[in-house]
Amino acid sequence: MCLAVPGKLIEIYEEAGMKMGKIDYNGTVNKACLEYVPEIETGQYTVVHAGFAISVINEEEAARSYDAWREYTDAAARDGVDVFGEPLDKEGKIE
Amino acid sequence: MKFISEYRDPVTAGNMLDEIRKTVTRPWVIMEVCGGQTHAIVRSGIDQLLPKEIRLVHGPGCPVCVTPLETIDRAIAIALRPEVIFCSFGDMLRVPGSDRDLLIARSLGADVRVVYSTLEALQIARDNPEKEVVFFAIGFETTAPGNAMAIIQAEKQGLTNFSELVCHVLVPPAITALLSSEENQVNAYLAAGNVCTIMGLGEYEEIAKKYQVPIVATGLEPNDIIEGILMVVRMLEDGRCEVQNQYVRSVRHDGNVVARKAVAEVFEVTGQKWRGIGLLPDSGLRIRKRYASFDAALRFDVAGVEVDEPEACISGKVLQGLKRPNQCPVFGTECKPEHPLGATMVSSEGACAAYYKYQPLS
Ligand code: SF4
Repeated sequence: MCLAVPGKLIEIYEEAGMKMGKIDYNGTVNKACLEYVPEIETGQYTVVHAGFAISVINEEEAARSYDAWREYTDAAARDGVDVFGEPLDKEGKIE
Repeated sequence: MKFISEYRDPVTAGNMLDEIRKTVTRPWVIMEVCGGQTHAIVRSGIDQLLPKEIRLVHGPGCPVCVTPLETIDRAIAIALRPEVIFCSFGDMLRVPGSDRDLLIARSLGADVRVVYSTLEALQIARDNPEKEVVFFAIGFETTAPGNAMAIIQAEKQGLTNFSELVCHVLVPPAITALLSSEENQVNAYLAAGNVCTIMGLGEYEEIAKKYQVPIVATGLEPNDIIEGILMVVRMLEDGRCEVQNQYVRSVRHDGNVVARKAVAEVFEVTGQKWRGIGLLPDSGLRIRKRYASFDAALRFDVAGVEVDEPEACISGKVLQGLKRPNQCPVFGTECKPEHPLGATMVSSEGACAAYYKYQPLS
């Protein structure tokens, strides 16, 4: 029931008196109600739950956690293996 | 897409797991509250990659799984009425009631429709003015804003043929109940990221202080979960009992204020029965008097339907983290997703279903 995957808002429109949006999940486009994220603008990412956008993804924060992880990643990459002891060019088991 | 791949990077996971191994010195029990997290953990085998000191237990975090038997029976009673179109999230259709489920009700002629959002049910109500359209409004704090919006819109649009059968459950009171229990073994919690996105961190700060447990609001991707575990382990080892936010890209301290306002406008807090656990005070939502005409339980007079849970299924213990699904004597034999005995085997986020799909033998 909880979707972890954020989607990108590509269009804002009105339907039955509500602010709605078209959300692109990596190629699959779905609609969502935007009433709970009045500040959202097209091009931003949002978390959608059961047809309602519930937050605007903070890209700065998303990038910051990613930077921290990147540091770990680089350190491991120097050893040439991933978590499963597999060489880095092989596909990992976590997907 | 950028935001998915980054949170599933196995190298990142490996480095955070290393960090966890370096940090941990004592045994700890950590509960993840959200069913989406349980699913990600079991699917990606995170539980098996953690050092032996850390034991993950799965919490009550799937609204389908905790919807009580009598609510299913009420839903079926309403759905079987000839004037009703009954709309529900797909997961609820196979949840067993006392003697049947909504799918069987459909085969008996009930007009039961699967919707992805409560707004679809509203549309069905607009398209079928001669019918009574009832939406099965289940879920945690994350789903409540949508269900509140549908009622606000129904009133605005003058729709008199729309109502909701409400069974909303609230996460913090459940955590409080688990922490107050004598059987509690949990040292720290990963709180559900999407619930915190709506509700913020305030309620958890009170719990962390009162019960002296670290809590981390955590996202649903494998790397989110591993990072959440790392943050929790650091606090446990240092003896700190704070609320931290791993899911900063979505969770703000006060949550989604607009959504919380809409929920408070339509719903009020009430005692709620949880399947397998029982009645927990202040752990649910009901429709306020001002919106009573949208309450399907009143409209169809099913509020009196009450039943007891069957004995055989141990899902209550599973939901409280006291037993693992594969410790259930009928797991994978009499109870399978094709013929589930308990709701935790039905929902795609139920712990029993996740074990059956990804770790049937472990
Ligand atoms: S395996 Fe089936 S019977 Fe056992 S606890 Fe899970 S849902 Fe209940």
